[in-house]
Amino acid sequence: MTREEIIEAIKDIIHTIAPDEDLSNLNTSERLRDQIELDSMDFLDIVMELRKRYGVQIPEEEYKELATLDGCVAYLGPKLAGKSLKVGV
Amino acid sequence: MSTPRYDAIVLGAGFSGLAAGIRLAQFDRKVVVLERHALVGGLNSYYKRAGRRFDTGLHALTNVALRSEKATPLARLLRQLRIDRDVLELREQSFSEIVFPSARLEFGNGFTRLSESVERAFPAERDRFARLVADVRAFDPFAPDLADRSSRVELRERGLDPILADMLLCAACWYGSAEVDDVDWRDFVVLFRSIFLEGFARPAGGVKTLLDVLVKRYRELGGELRTKSGVQRILRDERGARAVVLDDGTVLESDCILSSAGLAETLALAGGTLDERAAPRLSFFETSWITREPQRAVGHEATITFFSRADRFRYGPPRSGELVSLENGVVCCTDNYASDAPPDEGLLRITVPANPRAWFQLDEDAYVAAKARCSDTIAAAAAAIVPDPRPRAVFTDAFTPRTIRKYTGHVDGAVYGSPAKRRDGRTGIENLFVIGTDQGLVGIVGTMLSGVLMANQHALAARSA
Ligand SMILES: Cc1cc2nc3c(=O)[nH]c(=O)nc-3n(C[C@H](O)[C@H](O)[C@H](O)COP(=O)(O)OP(=O)(O)OC[C@H]3O[C@@H](n4cnc5c(N)ncnc54)[C@H](O)[C@@H]3O)c2cc1C
Repeated sequence: MTREEIIEAIKDIIHTIAPDEDLSNLNTSERLRDQIELDSMDFLDIVMELRKRYGVQIPEEEYKELATLDGCVAYLGPKLAGKSLKVGV
Repeated sequence: MSTPRYDAIVLGAGFSGLAAGIRLAQFDRKVVVLERHALVGGLNSYYKRAGRRFDTGLHALTNVALRSEKATPLARLLRQLRIDRDVLELREQSFSEIVFPSARLEFGNGFTRLSESVERAFPAERDRFARLVADVRAFDPFAPDLADRSSRVELRERGLDPILADMLLCAACWYGSAEVDDVDWRDFVVLFRSIFLEGFARPAGGVKTLLDVLVKRYRELGGELRTKSGVQRILRDERGARAVVLDDGTVLESDCILSSAGLAETLALAGGTLDERAAPRLSFFETSWITREPQRAVGHEATITFFSRADRFRYGPPRSGELVSLENGVVCCTDNYASDAPPDEGLLRITVPANPRAWFQLDEDAYVAAKARCSDTIAAAAAAIVPDPRPRAVFTDAFTPRTIRKYTGHVDGAVYGSPAKRRDGRTGIENLFVIGTDQGLVGIVGTMLSGVLMANQHALAARSA
């Protein structure tokens, strides 16, 4: 997946979890939870959806890597290499 | 045939079990929810009599905050379950009240009505009350490793007028304390927010609407629900719980069992016992009167009325081993929720403390007679507070600790479970966890959150790798 696709994948997951949040103007270097209403329960959901959709396993100590969209791209890039984007599932 | 194996087994299709089931099914876990009864709902179910549907619990869905407030428990819960608030068809309360001999407080959804009411009834308490509310807003009841603290002590230390303190305690205890005459401070904080800062509503179709939404969601996600499937035993080996045996002898295996049967009840299923403080469990007696016209027609407009007939509120079982106590209670007037069409009849419910052992001892005839007699005495005792429903009644029904024990399996017909909570959900047996009331969160919203949190912690996060 490309950088854009990874961001798209995360946004689609957030949209499933929190359909009422506006995701059109997210800053990629700022913490997600500072921009939209996301708590630790929601972060668990992002992790669980990544596992469900892409078979990616993320240990609890590494959840923090997903704090920003840039962080997601850096951390998930290698794990999502060769996988294709699934949205609206 | 080999023994069926699951990623997780959930005991009980009450609100906590269904919520836990949804979380697990949502992430493709192979999960089964096992319920002894034919109907789901547990403490909060429904039944039909005389062509009408009665709810067994559900006076009020608490925590009903404005839709725009996203960080509230109800909003977080619905998000975790991916349920749209609109499908619950919530109808808000008119207002509710706390009635004591020397003062009366009113509250509605959102905090304004209570704060104005306190200001009128207790003008001298204005600043102290504001400070209490600020403390309640700031406190984090879910912080790990909090010590148990008495709310009576917390309120006294804040110097609050003892009658005002008891009025607040009356509502909090009645909607969620398993302890005699007190409530843990973190629970008080949760209850205060859910009752006074957020508020009450009722799904248009009563508890059935809620349960139908949960069961539908669970099934759509591929979850398996088995009713009439009581768990008789939990099997374990040196590594912990491994399987359950149903009443009909069927064996189902799993390394993750979440139980809403209660802590002592669950340990008993696993062949263990619970070393508990010898504190009694609290149970209630409730009578429902269907009345010819809504209560509004006779001037009663409140939705929920918490009352105490003495200014010193004492929460607990009847003093002298009597069947019921007339010292305090809750009245729920369902027809005072907003509705699309004016209701053509009314429903008034009065709930008071009951003594489980006294109810269990009665033989069948004495039991039926006692239900009728107690319905009479509680209506008479509450007549100074709400209009007496008896002259207008077209149908009357009552439930007792015996009913609750029969339909939920809870020791002593306990409504809020054991006074000793297991906040981390652990039972001391590996692979076996408690969810729901005995984990510490009570009420419909609370217990569902408990199911979600425990499923997240013990079945999803811990086992995701
Ligand atoms: C009269 C009354 C009024 C209430 N009013 C309100 C209210 O207005 N608002 C509110 O928020 N809350 C209210 N409550 C509280 C609320 O009902 C409970 O806090 C909540 O429903 C508890 O849910 P639970 O899932 O923890 O437990 P339960 O509902 O007790 O669920 C446990 C389930 O497990 C099943 N079970 C037990 N043992 C076994 C076994 N061995 N095998 C298989 N299944 C088993 C039981 O049959 C039951 O269905 C009220 C309760 C009562 C009794």
